[in-house]
Amino acid sequence: MSWLSLLILIPFATALAVVATPDSKWYVRRWVALFGTGVVLALSLVMSVSYMQAVLQRGGDASMLTISQMEFEQSVPWFKSMGIEYHVGVDGIAMAMIVLTAIIIFTGVLASWEVKERSREFYAFLLVLVTGVFGVFISVDLFLFFLFYEVAVLPMYLLIGVWGTGRKEYSAMKLTLMLMVGSALVLVGMLALYHAAGSQTFDLNKLAMVDYSRDLQQWVFPCVFVGFGVLGALFPFHTWSPDGHASAPTAVSMLHAGVLMKLGGYGVLRVAVYLMPEGAKQWALFFLVLTTINIVYGAYAAIRQTDLKYFTAYSSVSHCGFVLFGLCSLNLMGFKGAVIQMFSHGIMTGLFFGLIGMVYGRSKTRDLTKMGGLSKRIPWLATSFYIAGLASLGLPGLSGFVAESTVFLGGFFGNPWVDSTTMRICTLLATSSIVVTAVYVLRGLSRVFQGPMTKSEFSQMQDATIPEKLCTGILVATLAVVGMYPPVLIDLIEHAIVPIANRF
Amino acid sequence: MFPTPTITHWLTLSALLFSIGLYGIFTRRNAVGVLLSIEMTLNSAILNILIFNRFVASDDVDGQVLVLFIVAAAAAEAVVALAIFVSFYRHRHTLDVTQANHICDQGNSAS
Amino acid sequence: MTGFLFENAWMIPALPLISILLIGLFATGSNARFAGIIGSVAIGTAFLLTCGLGLAYLSSAEAGASAVTWSIEWLRYQDHLVVSLGTLIDPISLLLLFVVTSVSLLVHVYSIGYMAGDEGYSRYFVFLSLFTFSMLGLVLAPNLLQMYVFWELVGVSSFLLIGFYYTLPEAIAASKKAFIVTRFADLFFLAGILVLGFFVHQWIVDAEWGGVTAAAVQSASAVQALDFATINSEPVLAHLKDQPGVLGLDLLTVAMLLVFIGAAGKSAMFPLHVWLPDAMAGPTPVSALIHAATMVVAGVYLVARLFPGFAASGDALDVVAAVGCITCLFSALIACTQTDIKRVLAFSTLSQIGYMMLALGVASAEHPAGLGAAMFHLFTHAFFKALLFLGAGSVIHAVHSNDVAEMGGLRKKMPLTHATFLIATIAIAGVPPLAGFFSKDEILGAALDGEHHLIFGVGLFVAALTAFYMFRVYILTFLGGHKSDGAAKAHESPPIMTIPLVVLGVMSVCGGWIAVSQFVLPGVELHAHLLVMGLSVAAAVVGIGSAFWLYGGQANRAQTMAESMGGIYRLVQNKFYIDEVYLFVTKMIFRFIAAPAAWFDRHVVDAVMNLSATVVRWVGARLNVLQTGQVQTYGIWMINGTILVLLFLWLVQR
Repeated sequence: MSWLSLLILIPFATALAVVATPDSKWYVRRWVALFGTGVVLALSLVMSVSYMQAVLQRGGDASMLTISQMEFEQSVPWFKSMGIEYHVGVDGIAMAMIVLTAIIIFTGVLASWEVKERSREFYAFLLVLVTGVFGVFISVDLFLFFLFYEVAVLPMYLLIGVWGTGRKEYSAMKLTLMLMVGSALVLVGMLALYHAAGSQTFDLNKLAMVDYSRDLQQWVFPCVFVGFGVLGALFPFHTWSPDGHASAPTAVSMLHAGVLMKLGGYGVLRVAVYLMPEGAKQWALFFLVLTTINIVYGAYAAIRQTDLKYFTAYSSVSHCGFVLFGLCSLNLMGFKGAVIQMFSHGIMTGLFFGLIGMVYGRSKTRDLTKMGGLSKRIPWLATSFYIAGLASLGLPGLSGFVAESTVFLGGFFGNPWVDSTTMRICTLLATSSIVVTAVYVLRGLSRVFQGPMTKSEFSQMQDATIPEKLCTGILVATLAVVGMYPPVLIDLIEHAIVPIANRF
Repeated sequence: MFPTPTITHWLTLSALLFSIGLYGIFTRRNAVGVLLSIEMTLNSAILNILIFNRFVASDDVDGQVLVLFIVAAAAAEAVVALAIFVSFYRHRHTLDVTQANHICDQGNSAS
Repeated sequence: MTGFLFENAWMIPALPLISILLIGLFATGSNARFAGIIGSVAIGTAFLLTCGLGLAYLSSAEAGASAVTWSIEWLRYQDHLVVSLGTLIDPISLLLLFVVTSVSLLVHVYSIGYMAGDEGYSRYFVFLSLFTFSMLGLVLAPNLLQMYVFWELVGVSSFLLIGFYYTLPEAIAASKKAFIVTRFADLFFLAGILVLGFFVHQWIVDAEWGGVTAAAVQSASAVQALDFATINSEPVLAHLKDQPGVLGLDLLTVAMLLVFIGAAGKSAMFPLHVWLPDAMAGPTPVSALIHAATMVVAGVYLVARLFPGFAASGDALDVVAAVGCITCLFSALIACTQTDIKRVLAFSTLSQIGYMMLALGVASAEHPAGLGAAMFHLFTHAFFKALLFLGAGSVIHAVHSNDVAEMGGLRKKMPLTHATFLIATIAIAGVPPLAGFFSKDEILGAALDGEHHLIFGVGLFVAALTAFYMFRVYILTFLGGHKSDGAAKAHESPPIMTIPLVVLGVMSVCGGWIAVSQFVLPGVELHAHLLVMGLSVAAAVVGIGSAFWLYGGQANRAQTMAESMGGIYRLVQNKFYIDEVYLFVTKMIFRFIAAPAAWFDRHVVDAVMNLSATVVRWVGARLNVLQTGQVQTYGIWMINGTILVLLFLWLVQR
C-alpha cells in the first residue's frame, strides 16, 4: 500500500475514533482529533522530504518533460469496464498542498479546542472533510479526484448550517448550491474529456497525452475553469464566500478559506490548464480580465467592510484572484506564483480566521467600529494579527511577497497568445491592489487593536491560551519560514511546474 | 356460424381489455376497484403473450410458461396490495385513493 | 583578515537581527531594562565591523572597486531572474553603512535614557533593531529586488515606530499615512522593477540566442536581470534606451522614472512629502534615526545606485533635478512658518534631501561631481540633522512640549544641549568650517559647473532660507526668557543622552573635512570655486542676520511682518494645503470607488446570484402544482406522454 493512502485513512480513522468516544467525555475527542491530525502533519512533512529525495534520485533532465511525474504511485483497478482506477500519486504541487492541508487541520483542531456543543459530530465532519481534501490532492485518476472533491464540499453544508452563526442556513445553502453548480460544470467537462479520449481511462496523465481538438477545448476549458473557479472565488461567482465565511465556525472558516478554496486553483491548474493548453490559450485573455477584476474589486470592497469576517473574506477574494491570475499568465512564473500564493494564502487566511475566532470569543463582537485598543490586553493575538495583515499586504520576509512578486512577474512577462500591452495593463492594475490592501489592512487593524480602549469590559480580556498560542505560532512560523527562505517551497514545487509550463 | 377468430380479433380483444383496465385505474376512487382494473390490464398483457405464442410460435411453450409466472406474480401482488388496503383502511377508515397523498408536501397537496 | 571581513559582511545586518531575537526571548517583563543594552551592544559590534570593513577596503581594494562579497540564492523566478541575497561592497554602500551604524548606535544609546520607564521599552528596541537590520540590508543590496525587499521592511519598521504610542489617535493616523503614501510610491518602484526585469531579461536571453554571450556584463552563467551590475552595464542601458516606452518616452526613461517615484516616496519628495511631517508623532530618537538621517535618504541612495541609468536617460535626471529643486525650496519656505520644533526640523529634512536630489540631478555621465556632492551632503546631513533631532528630543524631554512658543531661555538650563544644538544649527546653515558648508558648497559648485544657473540660484536662496529658519528655531528655543512653566523647570538631560549629542557635535564639526567625494568618485577632479564659497557664506550670513533681526530683538517684528504678508503667510503656514488636497482625493476614492464596489457586490453581483436562486424556487413552486400525490394523475400524465411520444415516432417514421 502506498503511503499516500494513509493520508486519507488516518483522518478517516480518526473521524471514526471520534465517533466512538463516550458521550460524557467531550474533552477526549479533541485529544483524539489532535493526535490524528498531528500524525498526519508529521507524515506529510516526512513525505515531502522523501519526495524531494525521490526527485533528486530520479535525476535526468526534467526540463523538457510535458507530463507530470508522480511519486509514491499506487494503482488498483476499480471499475474496469469504465477504466476507473484507484490511482494515487503526488508531484510537488500536490505535496505542497498536502502539507498546507495538514498544517491547517492541525491548527484548526487547536483553534476549536473549546467546541463543546455536539463536539462529536463537529470533529467527525471536520475530519471527513479533510479526508476528502487529502483525497483530491493525491488522486491521479480524475474520477477519484471528483469523488473526493464532492466528499470535501458536502460536509461544509452541515458544518456551517449546524455550528455556524448569523444567517447560517442561508449561507450554508448558498454556498452548497453555488459549489454544486460548479461541480456540475466540472463533471460535464470531465466527461467530455473522457469521451474524447476514447472512454478508456480517467487517468490524468493518460488524458494529458491525448490531443483534444481545438473545438472541444474551446468549450470544455471555460466549463472546467468556471466550475473550479467558483470554489476559487472567481468573479462574479464569489458571493458565496463572504456569507459562507461569515457564518462558519472558526475551524471551518480556516479550513474553507485555507484549503478548500485552494482546491479551485488546484483543479484549474491540474485539469483545465494541464489537459487543455489550446483552450487555455484561447481563453487566457478573458479570464485574465476577470481575475484582474477579482483582485482589484475584492480589495476595494474590503475597504468598506465593518465585520471582521466579511473583511477577511473579501480580502480572500482578492488574494485568490492572484492564484487564478497567475494561472492565466500561462508561463512558468505565473504557475509558480499561483502555487506559492495558494500555499501562502492558505496559511495566511487560516491565521486570519483563527485569530478572528479567538478575538470574537473574547470581545463578543466582530464589528470593527465597536472595538479598539485591544492590543494592550491581548498582545500575543494582536501581534499575530499584525503579522497576518502584513503578510496579506505582501510584506517581504513573509510568504505573501514571494507569491505576489512571482505572480506579477509572470503576468508582466506574459505569453505569446495574449496581447502584451493588455497583459501588462492588467498586471499593473493587479499590482495596484497592494496599495489598496495596505489601506484596508491598516485601517482594520488599527481600529481593532490601537487607539483608546472603547469598552470597559475589554479591560478584562485574557491573552491567548496555550492551544491558541500553539495554533497561531505554527501558522506565523510557516509564513515567516517561507517568506524568509523561499527555496523551501520553491524547490518542492518547481519540478512539478516545469512539465505543465512546457506544454505551452 | 362464427368465423374462426384470427389474430386481429384476439388482439382487439386484448386491447379492449387493456383500455378498460386503464380507464378503471384512472377513474376508480375505490382502491379495490383500482386493483381490479390493474389486474385487468395485467390480464390483457397475459392474453397478448398467449396470442403471440399461439399464432407466431405455436411449437414453443415459452409463452405459456411465462404466463404462469406472471399469474403467480400477480397473485402475490394482489396479496400485498390487499394487505396495504386493509392497513390503510384501519388508519383512514376509507379506501378512497385520493386520500392517499400523505407523503406529498402538505402545503401544496391538491386534495 | 580583510577577506574574512568582506566575506562576512552579512554579519553587519545579522547582528541587529540577532538582537531582535535576544530581546524578544529574554528582555521581556521584568528583564525589559536589558533591551536597550542588548540592542546597543549588537549595533555597536556592527559599527565596529563596519569600521573594520572600511579600513580593509581602503587598505586592500583599489579605489572605487565594487564587489559582491557574499550571496545566497533566495528567490528563483526563472533563469536569469534569480534573486540572491548578498552584500555589495563599494564606496557608497560603505559610506551608508558607516552613517547607518554610527547614527543608529548613538540613537540606541540615547534611547536608553529617552525611553527609560516607558512601558513599551523592549518593544521599542525590537522595532529599532528591526529598522537597523532592514536599513543595513537595503544598503548592502546588490540587486534591485533585495533593495525592494528591505525597502519595504524599513517602511514597515518606520510604520511601527511612528505608531509606537499606539493609544494616541494622531500617532496611529500618522503611521498609517506614512505607510500608505510610501506604499503608493513603492507601487511604482515595483512597476519599475517589473519593467526592468522583463526587458533586461529579454536582452540577456536575446544575447544568448544571438550567439553573443552575456560576458559583456559578467561571467555568462551568472547574469541576473535584476542585479545592479547588469542594469548599469552599458549594453543593457543602450538596449533599453532604444526600446520605445510609453507616452513618447524611451523605455529607459520610463523605467527610471518609475523607480524614481518610489525613491521620491521614501525620501518624501514633493508631492509625496505629506507623510514626513506627520511622522514626527513617533518618539523623537526615531525621528532622528529614521526620518532624518537614514531611511529618508534611501531614495537618494537608490538614485545614486542607478545613477548610470539615470545619466543615460537624461530626461529622468532632469526630473530628479526639478523635483529636488521644487522640494527644497517649497519645504524651506514652510519651515520658516512652523512653530512645532520637530516639524521645522522635518521640513528642513525635506529641504535638505531635496538638495541632495538636486545635486544628483545636476550631475551627468561626463560630470558626475553632483553624485559625489550628493553623497557628501547625505553624509554630513545625517550627523547634524540627527544631532538637531536628538537635541530637540532633549529639549522636549525637559519641557514636555513641542511648541517653540512654550520654550525660550533654555541656554542656561541645558548648556550641553544648547551647545551641541548651536553647533548643528551653524553646520546646517553652512558656515565654515563646519560640515554643512563643505557639502553644500560642493553641490552649488556642481550646479554651476553643470551650467544649471536657475538651480544654482534656487540652491543659494534655499541656503539663505535654511540659515534663517534654523536660527529662528534656535533663538526661540534657547534665547530670550521663559515662555512657559515647563521651560522654567527644565533641566539638563542625563549623560546617557548628552554623550551621543557630543559625539554627533564632533562629527558635525569635522564631517566636512573628510573627502567623501573623492572616496565615492575617485579620479574626478573637484575645483574649489571661490565665487561659490563667497556667495554661500554670504547667503548664510544674510539668513542668520535676518533671523536675529526678526526674532532676536524685543520688538514684534516677526509678527508684524507675518501680518503684512497676510494670505501668502497663511498659505505657507498651512503647507500650501497639500494635505487637504490628498484628504479630498482619498475621500473621493472611498466614496466613489470603495463604497460602490461594496454596494455593487451586495446589491448587484450577489443579487444576480440570489435572483437565479429565486427564479429556480419560483419555477419550482409553480411546477409543484403538478405534484399532487395522486398516483392516478401521474398515471394520466404518463399515458398522455406515452401517446404523444408514440404519435411523434409514428409521424417521424412516416
